[in-house]
Amino acid sequence: MGLDLSPFAEVVGPASSGPVWIAGQQSRLAAPSSIRRVTAPSGIYDLQPDEMTVVCGAGTSIDELQDSLRAVGQYVNLPRGDSGSGSVGGALAIGRSDIYRLGRGAIRDTLLQARLINHDGQVVSAGGPTVKNVSGFDVCRLLVGSFGQLGFLGEVILRTRPIPQSSRWFMMSEAGPEIIEAILRRIYRPASVLWDGHKVWFCIEGNSRDCDETIQKLSIDLEVPTEIAGPPKLDNYPFRQSVPPAELAEMVHDHAQQGPEPLVVEAGVGIVHRQTPAEPQATERTIELLHQRMLQQFNPTGRLNPGVSLTTGSMA
Amino acid sequence: MKSDVSVQPMSHTLVSRLCQVLEPRRVHTEAADIDLYKRDASNIEGRAGVVCFPITTTEVQDVIRICAEFNQPFVARGSGTGLAGGATPLDGAVVISTAKMNRLLSVDPINRTAWIEPGMLNLDLTREVAHLGLHFAPDPSSQQSCTIGGNVANNSGGPHCLADGVTSSHILACEVVLSDGSLVVLGGEEPEPIGLDLRGAFIGSEGMFGITTKICVRLMQNYSAVKTMLMDFTSVQAGAETVSAIIAAGMVPAALEMMDQLCLEAVEAYIHAGLPTDAAAALLVEVSGLPHAVNEETERISEIGRAHGARTIRIAQDEAERALLWKGRKTAFGAIARIKPNYYLHDTVVPRRKLNEVLQEVYRIAKRHELLVLNVFHAGDGNLHPLLVFDKREPGVMERVHAAGEEIVRVSVAAGGVLSGEHGIGLEKRDFMPLMFGPHDLHAQSAMRVAFDPLGIANPFKVLPSPSSCGDAHDIGEGMWV
Repeated sequence: MGLDLSPFAEVVGPASSGPVWIAGQQSRLAAPSSIRRVTAPSGIYDLQPDEMTVVCGAGTSIDELQDSLRAVGQYVNLPRGDSGSGSVGGALAIGRSDIYRLGRGAIRDTLLQARLINHDGQVVSAGGPTVKNVSGFDVCRLLVGSFGQLGFLGEVILRTRPIPQSSRWFMMSEAGPEIIEAILRRIYRPASVLWDGHKVWFCIEGNSRDCDETIQKLSIDLEVPTEIAGPPKLDNYPFRQSVPPAELAEMVHDHAQQGPEPLVVEAGVGIVHRQTPAEPQATERTIELLHQRMLQQFNPTGRLNPGVSLTTGSMA
Repeated sequence: MKSDVSVQPMSHTLVSRLCQVLEPRRVHTEAADIDLYKRDASNIEGRAGVVCFPITTTEVQDVIRICAEFNQPFVARGSGTGLAGGATPLDGAVVISTAKMNRLLSVDPINRTAWIEPGMLNLDLTREVAHLGLHFAPDPSSQQSCTIGGNVANNSGGPHCLADGVTSSHILACEVVLSDGSLVVLGGEEPEPIGLDLRGAFIGSEGMFGITTKICVRLMQNYSAVKTMLMDFTSVQAGAETVSAIIAAGMVPAALEMMDQLCLEAVEAYIHAGLPTDAAAALLVEVSGLPHAVNEETERISEIGRAHGARTIRIAQDEAERALLWKGRKTAFGAIARIKPNYYLHDTVVPRRKLNEVLQEVYRIAKRHELLVLNVFHAGDGNLHPLLVFDKREPGVMERVHAAGEEIVRVSVAAGGVLSGEHGIGLEKRDFMPLMFGPHDLHAQSAMRVAFDPLGIANPFKVLPSPSSCGDAHDIGEGMWV
């Protein structure tokens, strides 16, 4: 990687230079007005389709990155922001996967290497440039979902994937838990299965003829799925909750009994899309202690993105 | 407890305490017993002080609390198949074997997860869930004997990780005993556990962050169609370029392995699979999934192979032929015994487009040091495994082997690669870490270690070239590159 990060390091400044906030496109988390803001470099520096990697500044727009990758038949497993494209660094810092996690995997596996600015304004490199690497401890996994509190991402190397030959969505209108179970068991690696307790929407990616045959087989003893243009809109479900996927069926059932608020769940994954926030979970004491120690090591003065809660992702 | 003649006087009290929390027969101190644990599958020897065999999480906690009380380093050990000295005990450390913690605890076939104990063998897990149409994707060459706990410690890979990812992508949670004996679950069955990805940080930490006592794994659906093909080339360059072309064409095969001529000769003499021994290189390519995709990709890959000069393309016609081709790949290390009695297996990763360039340099290095080198490796990942074969009875040969190995590592990193793709750093490459990482980078890694293990007693003196807890010199044995 060749991007000169020293100007970025300079604006972040040394430990003595006070609180600082990294702002991307603010499509996921708004920057507080009272704290000095910095912005990560942007731009695509190296795109190697035969390596399935791309090097870019953390401030790069996700839409711009996906457009460039689309031209070579690839994509990167990073979700757009809640309100617009969002930046690469923002998606990684928040660390939340999108509705395709069941088939495409978690966002955390996308980051191969990062160059970041630490709490003292120094450039730190983590991970490695190749798709396979076990050289030292995996700092990159820790950075994804750290809300910028362990360091500000400057430049990243991301793993890319081939765009599937086809990506088709289907819907069934009468879907109880047994239908969800049948879909999870009988469809080969579905990309996404969304369920609101009544309807199920699912996505199959890959060869279109395989997809046709899968639907035919499913239709033998189940309702014939209707092909639809895309996933259901989840704009009315701004809150998310994470639960073990084995608990989803009971949760959806109980929820339907208790009140009118609808839920959409990611079957096989465990994400619940809600209209109201869920009760906050208690953090286990040892986990809290490990968080404290990690922050003490990486952000001892607490100057990087101060005030944001690692556990809720919101300002304290 | 057996005779404790081998135990250092300072360890008597510690051993007595260990025998209070474990059945004495599961606390080994006799020289003949603990000598077996002085190394892993690498050439690096250390010295175990005592070897414990806990069977429950509580027992692991008890053993570690005693180690903490005595400020005694401990080393977790699965099957000891590691190749970088990660499980080599130093200075009479307490070895905690998880071999007896090997049960499958539960399986959820719908959501495709399972809880297991760390001593479960990799292949045993896949066998146990095969009737559900599931498998565990990471498949190191040692999968018949390596443990899942060891896979977690090393973030292991294997031929079939090209498409599905390495161990970290297949572990949802780890129950971990930290160095003060406290118990914590990192990650969880839920997809977004609260806070930092401590699970991801723990995986690949080579036993230096604590010991895992239960693991929640993600299982993969078995494919319904598979095609395995062998294509051979008259030059390594043509084979390497084919690898890049396949990936650039938008395909990620389930596996994409390469063997060079010397390897093909050795394997063919061993298993008689009809391998093309006159070829400079052969690619073993496997495509799996649903039938139409598999057929289409097989055809496209064959076309790419032909366009890059493949002389023959052999597609396995049945499961028996497929198994034979894979046997050739997976028994390569056994086959080399026909050439020389000893080998040193290396593990680096380079960008795919640099495969040929680095391989040619590997051949030059071996020639310069008057050594034979075979190459059998995960070409799709750019994960090289140069295999230096030798007879260690030859005077001076070990010096040449180590010198050649060091040059291979340096060439790989200089080409834009990394120190290790799946074996880890351990002791073997500890002092090469500065080739990849500067002081600030290493400090960040050290910070992770301190956060997990402030006592510095979990498998110390591995991975990091300047241990944060101590700068002592240790009795690092023969085989380490220092």
